[in-house]
Amino acid sequence: MIWNETMECMDRETLRKIQSARLKKIVDYAYHNTPFYRRKMQQMGLTPDDIESIDDIVKLPFTTKLDLRDNYPFGLCAVPMSQICRIHASSGTTGRPTVVAYTRKDLRVWSECVSRCFYAYGASEGDIFQVSYGYGLFTGGLGAHQGAENIGASVIPMSSGNTAKQIQLMHDFGATAICCTPSYALYLAEAIRESGIPLEEFKLRIGAFGAEPWTEGMRAELEEKLGIKAYDIYGLSEVAGPGVGFECECQKGTHLNEDHYFPEIVDPQTLEPVEPGKTGELVFTHLTKEGMPLLRYRTKDLTALHYEKCSCGRTLVRMDRILGRSDDMLIIRGVNVFPSQIESVILEMPQFEAHYLLVVDRVNNTDTMELQVEVRPEFYTDEINRLLEMKKMLHGRLQSVLGLSVDVKLVEPKTIERSTGKAQRVIDKRKL
Amino acid sequence: MEAKQLSIFLENKTGRLTEVTQVLAREGINLSALCIAENADFGILRGVVSEPDRAYQVLKDNHFAVSVTNVVGFACPNTPGSLAQVLGYLSEAGIFIEYMYSFANGDSANVIIRPTNLEACIEVLKQKRVELLAASDLYKL
Repeated sequence: MIWNETMECMDRETLRKIQSARLKKIVDYAYHNTPFYRRKMQQMGLTPDDIESIDDIVKLPFTTKLDLRDNYPFGLCAVPMSQICRIHASSGTTGRPTVVAYTRKDLRVWSECVSRCFYAYGASEGDIFQVSYGYGLFTGGLGAHQGAENIGASVIPMSSGNTAKQIQLMHDFGATAICCTPSYALYLAEAIRESGIPLEEFKLRIGAFGAEPWTEGMRAELEEKLGIKAYDIYGLSEVAGPGVGFECECQKGTHLNEDHYFPEIVDPQTLEPVEPGKTGELVFTHLTKEGMPLLRYRTKDLTALHYEKCSCGRTLVRMDRILGRSDDMLIIRGVNVFPSQIESVILEMPQFEAHYLLVVDRVNNTDTMELQVEVRPEFYTDEINRLLEMKKMLHGRLQSVLGLSVDVKLVEPKTIERSTGKAQRVIDKRKL
Repeated sequence: MEAKQLSIFLENKTGRLTEVTQVLAREGINLSALCIAENADFGILRGVVSEPDRAYQVLKDNHFAVSVTNVVGFACPNTPGSLAQVLGYLSEAGIFIEYMYSFANGDSANVIIRPTNLEACIEVLKQKRVELLAASDLYKL
């Protein structure tokens, strides 16, 4: 199903015209209302008149997370506080939180975008959404909530945590759709199995998973364990929150709502645009935002964009699965390693649970990487040799995928922390 | 003749062994024999207990990685050469032993073995009139 066929299936030429008109308007708006952008543009000798079409976007300055922190809390707002009706903020694990502010119209646009996602998953007013993203400063909970309400569905504002209650209400209320992080969904699946309630007694059919990178292997596992179709929902609070992008029924990439959030891919080193289909850093420009419009915001997410029309009928650009944030990338003995690569190897091996912990350290000036994994209960054996073989097999596969030797450590069941939000997969002791 | 042995996967961490024994103690389950096999990062505790089925469930409920393996127990005189004689019967019959553990108790010694082929092993021991220990006896030791 398509929520907004006009915008989602528009021919690309018309879409481009709309994007050009919107870009001109937003640059003019930011120039006159955000001192930060006026200063930046003046330094570059730019005026709003230099922007004539969407192709001129490359002339504009970039914005980084650091800029958001430097202008904490409301320095990048383009409207007086009286027009701001919602404030969200990132958890801010390093330094100050990143703040985003929305006007009433911004919230409407956001809900519209989330509605497009849920319709694409085949959800509608007949569905019961269990929103198990955290409610609060994190955009996940309220973002999914508004979108589900907007399509007329019933919403269970569950928030994260309290797994036993999650399962009870999911069962008793007959939830048909769940929104949470993929790692928490896995944890829920395990908990359902342990609860002894047969899966057939649940009505769940749709999973909207996002807020952290996940793999095809994890999708297969979630679909099998929960008896659902699992879809990616993409977003980041700086741009809006969940709903910046979504998968359709074809699951051939994540469609981006580019009539509101204009995407570009640039080389993360040179910051030059790369050709369509080539991997680089994803950059967004707000085309319609009022509260805190950002120009060319660098997401640090690495992906590629594809502009061919999708078989679902949508013309909205499609993004590849996020390989990882360039922030997540570890450099181990000079080799780039993404936790998602390790995850995909683990998920290909039925012997291991999907939960893992990667501990990186530096011993005698050499980087070391220890991977802690749990063997699944049915694969525990009395024979040490069999266990050592499993360990060796995982080590070998990691070696071939990463080109690095990883020290695999088998740990006891349930000893790796299960997260209710974003999973903590990496401990890098080198920075401490 | 076959007896159930519990095998518990344990990380090499201080206190884990204590925790296993505490769980069993709380439930009033007695350990009649045990041994530990270990390598660099984990160990496997193998043991014979008074109530193997209940012990299995209790350990599982406490999130231990536990499995059940069938073993065979026999007794032989606690004198030089007795064990060599029994093991000789088994190797002649081509039976390979994965692991074993034993303890002497006065004039007699009890031995628990895990052969690759359990039935063939029991057959050989029976033929050679080795004193096999019934499972119920092992659990009660």
